[in-house]
Amino acid sequence: MKPRSASKSHALPGWRARALLMLLLLGFLLLACRAIYLQGLNNDFLQKKGASRYGRVIELSATRGVITDRNREPLAISTPVESVWASPGDVALEPQQAKQLSKLLDVDMSELGRRLADSSREFVYLKRHLPPEQAAKIVELNIPGIFLKREYRRYYPGSEYFSHLLGYTDVDDRGQEALELAFDDQLRGKPGSRRVIKDRLGRIVEDVESIRSPQQGRDVALSVDTKIQYLAYRELKSAVDAQRAKAGGIVVLDVKTGEVLAMANLPSYNPNNRGKLDSRRTRNRTVTDLFEPGSTLKPFTVAAAIETGLYKPDSVIQTGAGQLVIGSATIHDAHPSGALTVSQVIQKSSNVGAAKIALGLPPAVLWDVFSKVGFGVQPRSGFPGEVSGKLRAANTWRPIEQATMSYGHGISLSLLQLARAYLVFADGGEIKPVTLLRQDAPADSTRIFSAATAAQVRQMLELVVQPGGTAPRAQVVGYRVAGKTGTAHKVDGASYAANKYISSFVGFAPASDPRVIIAVMVDEPSAGQYYGGSVAAPVFANVMTGTLRMLGVKPDAPLNNVVLPPPDAPEIREEV
Amino acid sequence: MARLNIILLAIVIVCGLSVVTSQHKARKLYVELQRQQEIARQLEVEWGQLQLEQSTWAMQARIEKVAGSRLMMHVPAASRVQVIAPQSSQ
Repeated sequence: MKPRSASKSHALPGWRARALLMLLLLGFLLLACRAIYLQGLNNDFLQKKGASRYGRVIELSATRGVITDRNREPLAISTPVESVWASPGDVALEPQQAKQLSKLLDVDMSELGRRLADSSREFVYLKRHLPPEQAAKIVELNIPGIFLKREYRRYYPGSEYFSHLLGYTDVDDRGQEALELAFDDQLRGKPGSRRVIKDRLGRIVEDVESIRSPQQGRDVALSVDTKIQYLAYRELKSAVDAQRAKAGGIVVLDVKTGEVLAMANLPSYNPNNRGKLDSRRTRNRTVTDLFEPGSTLKPFTVAAAIETGLYKPDSVIQTGAGQLVIGSATIHDAHPSGALTVSQVIQKSSNVGAAKIALGLPPAVLWDVFSKVGFGVQPRSGFPGEVSGKLRAANTWRPIEQATMSYGHGISLSLLQLARAYLVFADGGEIKPVTLLRQDAPADSTRIFSAATAAQVRQMLELVVQPGGTAPRAQVVGYRVAGKTGTAHKVDGASYAANKYISSFVGFAPASDPRVIIAVMVDEPSAGQYYGGSVAAPVFANVMTGTLRMLGVKPDAPLNNVVLPPPDAPEIREEV
Repeated sequence: MARLNIILLAIVIVCGLSVVTSQHKARKLYVELQRQQEIARQLEVEWGQLQLEQSTWAMQARIEKVAGSRLMMHVPAASRVQVIAPQSSQ
């Protein structure tokens, strides 16, 4: 009882308890408000701030796909290299460090100083594409403000042998030329990124989400065969060097599938070391350059004629004294041969004979054949910048034009088109699209001539390489060969240059069951010889010998089949 | 009732601790995964470099040079080549 009375006597005023309670409630209210503010109203901002303390977005790089040959040998590979960059404001270089750095980077001291001078910039490349080992040494210098960035650089093990076919990429690994450009979408990967949580040691401890998954570049398998390509390039180069020619090109086609087995050009360049490139070297002439093919077109004229039924291989054409006057122009044969059969027109490559055959046909028939075998039409090989050639509409042809076109003048095409057109003779009158990609099944072919016509022209083409023809040097030991020479004056401005020639040879083997077509073109041979039979045919023979061996094709002739004319025999010259 | 509460409390604590440890374990394993993936990436890079090296050494031009100069090899003349046709399966 006592305490109670005591408490009563010391009783506090009632308002104090209430005030305290109110204060406490107020305190809780404030806390609640703050909690609502933090948890509710300001939540997004705080979450973001928090996440930025531990969350990181990291880039996932994607590598460019590999280009391989038909046997999966790599021809172009991207491998990582390091680029050195600096943030000039943060760089504090001691003179000795600067010296080491300039030595490691192989950049002049003054140049280095100039790049680091502008401290307002935050990103300056000091050197791009250093090998990883060298970059590691720069990291060891431990200079603040200097960083590495991983990039990819493309290497071409086949260097100049494949350069025209593959092209090259720019410093950011994007395709710039040729197939690198054509298949850029396929080859190029898409870099991705993802959000992760890092701990204080910088280790990734949790994968939060994938923002974009990286897509690695897809590989591309070409139809070319490394060995055949090398052989073709080597033989072409030795011929171009020996003939002191300006340029040259060679195309090797697989008859069964229409695949390009090799495609080489000269002059070439090394895509691994591209300081100064001019288009004279980088152009893939076999696809992007037009030329007047000359006599290599005669077989098409003859085939068109035989197909109409108006001519037979043994029909006789009077070439008379080797002159044919059409309007104000005259077509010449340097060696008048009198009466020639259609086969002999091909064998001796008579211009007058071909012109007379062509003039006996309606222009539309000839145009139809030329157009169907792909002259004036893009070959659609997928190569960037391929040309379609020039073939004028039949109703605009004047007789002289029809006559000259029959032997390959007044019409222009690329070497690839020419090689492909010969498929009709090699493949029994059918033609296929050409492709630079490896095919698992042959593409559909289109019939242009009857099998009988193709076989007859094939026989004529076999005569060309035998003694009495224009190209005995195209013979191959153990195999029957069929082909046709071409020698044409170069077009120089508006007229033909008197002493500039393009020598060519197109042929296929084995003639009994053709497997390979090779087209060779040598531009401006200037070592004295300029006939297709003496400049281009030997290249054909050498490449064909090697190619047939590599493909394991069964010989269709005895080994003593090569019959060269006696050395003192007059060379059968082709009409130019 | 109080006993049940204590038991439940103990269970809650055990659960809480095991969440913490498993999270910790998960992170450690993830770090390990990252490390292995990094190694895989490096191996892939090395594979590319080795492929490049191999194809550079195995260049046709180089093979031919070495075969000719060091191993004294040459392509046989056509007259010395015997071609054997594959046996037909009949």
